[in-house]
Amino acid sequence: MSKVIVVTSGKGGVGKTTTTAALGAALALQGKSVVVVDFDIGLRNLDLVMGAERRVVYDLISVTQNQAKLHQALIRDKRMENLWLLPASQTRDKDALSEKGLTKLMKELRGQFDFIVCDSPAGIERGALMAMRHADEAVIVTNPEVSSVRDSDRIIGLLDSRTEVAEKGGRVEKHLLITRYDEARAGRGDMMKIDDVLDILLVPLLGVIPESEQVLRASNLGQPVTLASPLSAPSRAYTDAARRLMGEAVTMNVPRERHKLIAKIFGGRAA
Amino acid sequence: MSLFSRWFGPRPPKEETAPVARERLQVLLAHERRKPGEPNLLGLIRDDIIAAITRHVHVGPEAVKVKVDRRKTVSTMRISLDLPT
Repeated sequence: MSKVIVVTSGKGGVGKTTTTAALGAALALQGKSVVVVDFDIGLRNLDLVMGAERRVVYDLISVTQNQAKLHQALIRDKRMENLWLLPASQTRDKDALSEKGLTKLMKELRGQFDFIVCDSPAGIERGALMAMRHADEAVIVTNPEVSSVRDSDRIIGLLDSRTEVAEKGGRVEKHLLITRYDEARAGRGDMMKIDDVLDILLVPLLGVIPESEQVLRASNLGQPVTLASPLSAPSRAYTDAARRLMGEAVTMNVPRERHKLIAKIFGGRAA
Repeated sequence: MSLFSRWFGPRPPKEETAPVARERLQVLLAHERRKPGEPNLLGLIRDDIIAAITRHVHVGPEAVKVKVDRRKTVSTMRISLDLPT
């Protein structure tokens, strides 16, 4: 049974692409066959974060417009054989994505993969609506900050009304992923706490990704953080989130960086 | 205050900003979540309360603070009013 998951937020810059790459790789590490799909047409970046920017030949648009076969456009990850990328087009307009072409593509992807993780563009317009259109579940990426929370609330409204599942009277299963969380600032009362955000948005929590330099280091290298530094605090948080998406019951906590000395003893790459 | 105590003395406690963010969002989203055509219940109640109070005492709308706690089935509204003494 395959699952289509949209990673969405409304607001830009909160970590959708980072999250798509990290969750995709974490699901693949758990043995699932995974494709990450970039819906940000004209502003693709998932290829860059995944380190596949020089291997893009065909893309989402060429497949939906029948200019290429799906297998020609899919890029297999160099590190993991069960992780694939379907890049967005860099040159085309976002209106080039037809609803009919997309429906056919998603059906084909469902036949090949356990998880189809869709990286939504920012905003609440056509691109974002297309990314969520066929979703079974949604990961709403939110920073504990007023504009991000407000935009997430808008996106939640759209998930409940504009998806195929919602139009048929069903419900897209929604998960909240809080990213860039800084426990120290929350402790000082200068950042909203997890419970504040949950009380406002009323969406079940999928995970909390702590603010970490490892995230930028990984994207500099073109690696999902869950592959670049698997023992770091954000990676452990993403891995827990991925296991929850697989239906496992994983105790919720906010991972912290391990002490440098302990990290040195146990594997070196943790801190 | 001498320079010494300004630099090295105890700092005045900074007011927490996160609770302000939470309250602002709760009021705003209660307003934004209503469907088109649906009255802004929270706003109407607040305006009525302010109108009722200003009939008796002279306060501006900024003297009234509204805090909303939204839960799945029940929401609570707390209104605090700064009355001039």
